[in-house]
Amino acid sequence: MDIVIVDYGAGNIKSIQFAFKRLGYEAKFSKDPEVIKAADKVIFPGVGEASSAMSMLRKSGLDEVIPELKQPVLGICLGMQLMCNYSEEGDTQGLGIFDVDVKRFSNEVKVPQMGWNTITHLRSDLFKDINEGDYMYLVHSYYAEHCEESIANSFYKLEYATALQKDNFYGVQFHPEKSSTAGEQLLKNFIEL
Amino acid sequence: MLTKRIIPCLDIKDGRTVKGVNFVDLRDAGDPVELGKQYARLGADELVFLDISATLERRKTMHDMVLNVAEHVNIPFTVGGGISSVEDVDDLLHCGADKVSINSSAVKRPELINELSQKFGSQCVVVAIDAKEIDGEWFVHLAGGTIPTEIKLFEWAQEVEQRGAGEILFTSMNHDGTKAGFANEALAQLSSLVNIPIIASGGAGNVQHFADTFKEGKADAALAASVFHFGEIDIIELKKELRNQDIEVRL
Repeated sequence: MDIVIVDYGAGNIKSIQFAFKRLGYEAKFSKDPEVIKAADKVIFPGVGEASSAMSMLRKSGLDEVIPELKQPVLGICLGMQLMCNYSEEGDTQGLGIFDVDVKRFSNEVKVPQMGWNTITHLRSDLFKDINEGDYMYLVHSYYAEHCEESIANSFYKLEYATALQKDNFYGVQFHPEKSSTAGEQLLKNFIEL
Repeated sequence: MLTKRIIPCLDIKDGRTVKGVNFVDLRDAGDPVELGKQYARLGADELVFLDISATLERRKTMHDMVLNVAEHVNIPFTVGGGISSVEDVDDLLHCGADKVSINSSAVKRPELINELSQKFGSQCVVVAIDAKEIDGEWFVHLAGGTIPTEIKLFEWAQEVEQRGAGEILFTSMNHDGTKAGFANEALAQLSSLVNIPIIASGGAGNVQHFADTFKEGKADAALAASVFHFGEIDIIELKKELRNQDIEVRL
């Protein structure tokens, strides 16, 4: 199993590698398009700000590579958001894989949403052996709207897409690598897709 | 629903948890990794590691510890103590820390908060504030509460939010160590003034104190040390009681 974590200069990505290690898999970092294209599974992480992350992707040409991938791809947190059409954060276009926009939470709730929230309306093999109402760890100020490609929702003042899927592309707003046993199950499911 | 968080805090000196941890079934209670894993199993939602060492090698030992914790613990953790620059934070995040907590260094140079939130995102910047109520007014204190300042708590809290802090860890020095409950009035006021999550710290003595700080203090998370370390409060039992009182928790 060849798992590659896309390394384009975004935040804490070691945690993802460690989470795979706990499951018994070696995941490697790469920003080389050839290495990424050849992987069995691709993880697209992201921590930080959307527009600067997009410009790092454009600089490395990865903005062209990622939407063309054929193997299962899992975007995590900002990674998922960058796979959408557009983000209000930094007023930036995304990779356009998921047909949905990313918006900021209103100030009626505390922003960022920080902590453990339930995931519901699960509909994907990604959630095999994970239950409706299980908890995942989230830290984010922006969210993808509920849409046809939602495969799980969370609720924070409003119902939003906490996971998305289109063809071989998966995205999760939460951090499976930090979400205890439920998160580990999700990573295991992704490997077994 | 987003749940309220329970956060054990571990003091670290020279890469080891400091005395005062009394857990059964632990081979090495001084090992931050083993203790962290144990807490993750026992229902903790996050962990805070506070480095109190003052040696020259502190950076190196802290990096090793953070790497070790990140490798073995499957819940988020924050690292605090002695962090004063963008480079410090870069290093810790690269070792796998999810958030960093800054305190005195933010008071000495508030621009640090802006720099960190711009470079790494607000989500990983926790500003810790130690404050003491003196004649009805709350003042920020530095260096573990030993040095008083003239900075007012509520003004400072609003400033750190504006500068990009993602969360505030508020410790009431009047309550810390008393085991008589959290500073709920001040906490509720903080929550009404800022729109970022607030972690309550200082004063936990029993289960009801946690319920009170979530209900009356409007806290988003509660942090404690000794009541957990000495097994006085079991986190799962605590969460069951919180749920009985209609407080959302992860069980």
